Amino acid sequence: MQASDRFNINSQLEHLQAKYVGTGHADLNRFEWAVNIQRDSYASYIGHYPILAYFAIAENESIGRERYNFMQKMLLPCGLPPEREDD
Amino acid sequence: MDSEIAKAQEERKKMEKELASLTTLTFDKELYGGTDRDAYVTSIPVNDEDDFEVGDNEVARKLASYTAPKSLLKEMPRGGDEMDDGGFKKPSKIIDREDDYRRRRLNRVISPDRHDAFAAGEKTPDPSVRTYADVMREEALKREKEETLRAIAKKKKEEEEAAKEGRETAAATKEVAPKRRNRWDQSQDDGSAVKKAKTGSDWDLPDATPGIGRWDATPTPGRLGDATPSVGRRNRWDETPTPGRLADSDATPAGGATPGATPAGVTWDATPKGLVTPTPKRQRSRWDETPATMGSATPMAGATPAAAYTPGVTPVGGIDLATPTPNAINLRGAMTPEQYNLMRWEKDIEERNRPLTDEELDAMFPQEGYKILEPPASYVPIRTPARKLLATPTPMGTPLYAIPEDNRGQQFDVPKEAPGGLPFMKPEDYQYFGALLNEEDEEELSPEEQKERKIMKLLLKVKNGTPPQRKTALRQLTDKAREFGAGPLFNRILPLLMQPTLEDQERHLLVKVIDRVLYKLDELVRPFVHKILVVIEPLLIDEDYYARVEGREIISNLSKAAGLATMIAAMRPDIDNIDEYVRNTTARAFSVVASALGIPALLPFLKAVCQSKKSWQARHTGIKIVQQIAILIGCAVLPHLRSLVEIIEHGLNDENQKVRTITALSLAALAEAAAPYGIESFDSVLKPLWKGIRSHRGKVLAAFLKAIGFIIPLMDAIYASYYTKEVMIILIREFQSPDEEMKKIVLKVVKQCVSTEGVEAEYIRSDILPEFFRNFWVRRMALDRRNYRQLVDTTVEIANKVGVKDIVGRIVEDLKDESEPYRRMVMETIEKVVANLGASDIDARLEELLIDGILYAFQEQTSDDANVMLNGFGAVVNALGQRVKPYLPQICGTIKWRLNNKSAKVRQQAADLISRIAVVMKQCQEEQLMGHLGVVLYEYLGEEYPEVLGSILGALKAIVNVIGMTKMTPPIKDLLPRLTPILKNRHEKVQENCIDLVGRIADRGAEFVPAREWMRICFELLEMLKAHKKGIRRATVNTFGYIAKAIGPQDVLATLLNNLKVQERQNRVCTTVAIAIVAETCSPFTVLPALMNEYRVPELNVQNGVLKSLSFLFEYIGEMGKDYIYAVTPLLEDALMDRDLVHRQTAASAVKHMALGVAGLGCEDALIHLLNYVWPNIFETSPHVINAVMEAIEGMRVALGAAIVLNYCLQGLFHPARKVREVYWKIYNSLYIGSQDALVAAYPVLDDEQNNIYSRPELTMFI
Repeated sequence: MQASDRFNINSQLEHLQAKYVGTGHADLNRFEWAVNIQRDSYASYIGHYPILAYFAIAENESIGRERYNFMQKMLLPCGLPPEREDD
Repeated sequence: MDSEIAKAQEERKKMEKELASLTTLTFDKELYGGTDRDAYVTSIPVNDEDDFEVGDNEVARKLASYTAPKSLLKEMPRGGDEMDDGGFKKPSKIIDREDDYRRRRLNRVISPDRHDAFAAGEKTPDPSVRTYADVMREEALKREKEETLRAIAKKKKEEEEAAKEGRETAAATKEVAPKRRNRWDQSQDDGSAVKKAKTGSDWDLPDATPGIGRWDATPTPGRLGDATPSVGRRNRWDETPTPGRLADSDATPAGGATPGATPAGVTWDATPKGLVTPTPKRQRSRWDETPATMGSATPMAGATPAAAYTPGVTPVGGIDLATPTPNAINLRGAMTPEQYNLMRWEKDIEERNRPLTDEELDAMFPQEGYKILEPPASYVPIRTPARKLLATPTPMGTPLYAIPEDNRGQQFDVPKEAPGGLPFMKPEDYQYFGALLNEEDEEELSPEEQKERKIMKLLLKVKNGTPPQRKTALRQLTDKAREFGAGPLFNRILPLLMQPTLEDQERHLLVKVIDRVLYKLDELVRPFVHKILVVIEPLLIDEDYYARVEGREIISNLSKAAGLATMIAAMRPDIDNIDEYVRNTTARAFSVVASALGIPALLPFLKAVCQSKKSWQARHTGIKIVQQIAILIGCAVLPHLRSLVEIIEHGLNDENQKVRTITALSLAALAEAAAPYGIESFDSVLKPLWKGIRSHRGKVLAAFLKAIGFIIPLMDAIYASYYTKEVMIILIREFQSPDEEMKKIVLKVVKQCVSTEGVEAEYIRSDILPEFFRNFWVRRMALDRRNYRQLVDTTVEIANKVGVKDIVGRIVEDLKDESEPYRRMVMETIEKVVANLGASDIDARLEELLIDGILYAFQEQTSDDANVMLNGFGAVVNALGQRVKPYLPQICGTIKWRLNNKSAKVRQQAADLISRIAVVMKQCQEEQLMGHLGVVLYEYLGEEYPEVLGSILGALKAIVNVIGMTKMTPPIKDLLPRLTPILKNRHEKVQENCIDLVGRIADRGAEFVPAREWMRICFELLEMLKAHKKGIRRATVNTFGYIAKAIGPQDVLATLLNNLKVQERQNRVCTTVAIAIVAETCSPFTVLPALMNEYRVPELNVQNGVLKSLSFLFEYIGEMGKDYIYAVTPLLEDALMDRDLVHRQTAASAVKHMALGVAGLGCEDALIHLLNYVWPNIFETSPHVINAVMEAIEGMRVALGAAIVLNYCLQGLFHPARKVREVYWKIYNSLYIGSQDALVAAYPVLDDEQNNIYSRPELTMFI
């Protein structure tokens, strides 16, 4: 590690990622990023009651059911991770 | 002339002869310090009590004359030191500041590895590994031996006494000298059998039990004598007369290095030759430093006292062979640091005292009138080492003198060049790192040796290297910790920590290494727990707070890594160690373990220990652990309070006095930690405690009282009152105790009792006060500082209950006491009482006495560094308020008189007093008087002592503040011109007070002074921007603002802009701040045109200054910035495209402040425009620049919203170049952290893949 790297990007990345799960790094692939996006989105839907209510009306479901569905989807939002190509 | 010289020579010869006759004795004298053999005690007692007695004796001896208490004498020079070093600690050796008790850490042995029951599982432990049982057995053995020795000593003493009695009756007529000799002989005869038994127990054991593995493991065979703790009993005759301290050379864990270096299985008892290497090392003394010819010529077998050490173990011939040749001396790896230091010192002295050469003498003396004489034929020059040798009656006679000049070429001080970029090695380090200097081919070494070498290299880098070296080495050690393995690592690190010449910083670094390594090794540390504890425990009682914290952290991490069971197994044997030092540190370490792993886990163990039947030491330590737990974790003991009290309560009735004492102290600590809760947990101990104070005396009583003092405040009011009355009888009895410690505790308990709710004022007044004042308010109490503090605190606490009048009334007369320290104590008490409770209680008579008293005390003071008198005066006057009016003329008279005093200190105090009482004078409508004082002070502005001048300026400032600009005399227009030259004064106190005064005038009364004068002041102020003190710079910058407001910004600004061209950075920075402040006070539009115009000056400093001013400007004006953002955008565009890094950095920070200021005010177009200029800078690597750029982008996130910045960001997140991706993900992360929720709506649409759904259909729903 060079001296110039000390202050920039990766010095505290490990700590950052322990604290904020959704943060990314240079080796993040499409799938991992998408999972973060999906989870953040569902968390946001659940957190904003008006949006939840909007979705409930649009889907003709109860608000509680919508919330439950979103929470379930957060488990594996994009399905199983794709096979690693080579390694 | 010749005859004179001859006479002188004759005389000298005579003198030399006399000296020579004396030198026959010098052999013994050198060794035994000049006193007779009989004066020596043959053994040194171990008990603490004896130490106390020694202290007492010393006091008794010194009492012949009156002197200040020792504590005071000791404190004073220390205070001076703190002042001198200017707040920075010089690198210091730890051992230099340690007292004897702390130095006992060096007596401890880094014990061999222990069996790890967890790792071994069900297997029976290998006999070569020390198990818990082994350790316990050893400890028991040690204890038994100690007891036996004690019994023997006792018996011997008795016998001796009996014999003495017998002799005295039988040979009463004999003269003293033969009798003494007789006793000497006899004691040796008597002792021979005993001694034989003793040496047998000391030395034969290892040989007698050659098969037992645990002796193999002891890493420092030379130290067996120490490991068996006969330290206290060790006969002085056995000691090697090394010039350095023996204990130290013992403690250097040299052996730890040697067995490590030869891992091929040199076991200590198998081949005694293995001993040869370490043995001469530790015994190298002055004896060994003899020149080469000597060493081999002298058959020292009998003469070397060292031989007494290793009679059975090493064949005598081995030692003789090992007597170092000059080569060995050169090989300093084998020297202990003390010896090296000693040698260095000796060399230095020798160098200074070397004989003058003929040339030097020629240069010194005139050419004529002197005659150069031939030295007598018998003359042999005497040099220090040579004289020593001559004095030593060696059997072979004196060898010829070897000229020491030959050795000069050896260059002792210049270390060998360290190969391979290793850092400088201090001579003390050779012992540990010497192996690195051997230029061995690393390829040829075995993997184990390579590993050792690697560890040594890294450790050396950590210890002595530059910060970058240290950092990388530390990282490597951490990363490869498991690869290196726990054993090799700790075998290297721990001996280093026992090095007696260790410095604070080095210890800190090594401890850091341990911490990091621990984290990585985790459960692998188990066999080494005790070793680590041996070196870390001393940190827990270090006087340096940070060292203590560090020690705690390590032990806590260690216990988390090793687990409770291992920790207990490692520390259990130390709990009843015979050495009090070991028990003390172990108790502290245990408390750390408890706080790390939770008290409940440790409770069963503690319970068992505290009830130990076997030894009182175990009970003592167990109870002490509870005390330490309470001290360490404070109120967190509450959940476990009852169980902790139950565990220790039986200790109050213990048969051993020390156990009773520590139990009471532990209860005190628990109650203190639990306050104000938890009284119900103490129910069971109340009775024994209260019974105890009636039956005990002395130390135990003090401890019991202390416990009661802490428990009473927890009680309900009724009980507190009852119990206070109970204990008060004893307390009042103990008021008269001459014991200082008791006095302090009694005072503290009184304070605690008095402050509880249930104790009534009337009771205190009638029952406590008379005795209290009679016994404590005496002059002697003012002499010891801790007594002084405690007495003042207690009295103030009593005053809170009984009111001002009772207390002040009793002591006010003492303000005129003849002892100054006592007057000071009275004054401080009055100050605190009055400041707490006001003066409404004080009646007219008392008021008169009080003012009279403080005036007397103030005038009579001779030395007062703490400003007690001044503060007291100020507090009383302020409390009395308008009631002081009648006394003010008198006070002012005193002040005026003292302002004229010869002593600078007196003048300073007088001026300081004015600033304290100015507000009260205003309240008393004494404006005329103040005006008068103002004129007087004005006249003293020519004062030459800066401290005094500063105080005078402060007094003037106080007066101006109180009576206002218009009524001020002398008028402001006269005062200010007088201040202008004082601004040139470089003294900090003067500067600060002067700039405050000038700033105040500029703020409130600028119109009284012509603009020209203000401009002059502006120029002076520029100089003050250089001040070291931040307060001065801040006041200066603010003053610029006031002045600009008063006389308009143009002239001031011109001055400031010119100042941007100066070289000093700090000056420029302050100027930019001043410009920004001027802009803020006079509206930005008055300043911006000129400022932006200045940017056209083609000079880096000026342009940067302008940008920095803009940055500060936008920071200060905040929202107002929206009117100016379009005006400065072209300038910022230019700056953000400049080649110079600093331009871009400063511009970026200006953009940041701008963006944050105008967020939500509709300036997005300009901001996006600026963002386009900022964005290309994201790949900068210079830390300051990249920080400024990242912050500008953060500012943009706030002002423009996260979505827009995300759009900038998306292009690079999956860029093929890693460097690019890293930067973009960094920006993404800070976006994400800042506004995660806002990003949800702005994420790009990702297409689904075969098995994975990436789309977010919910967002497309529409009603």
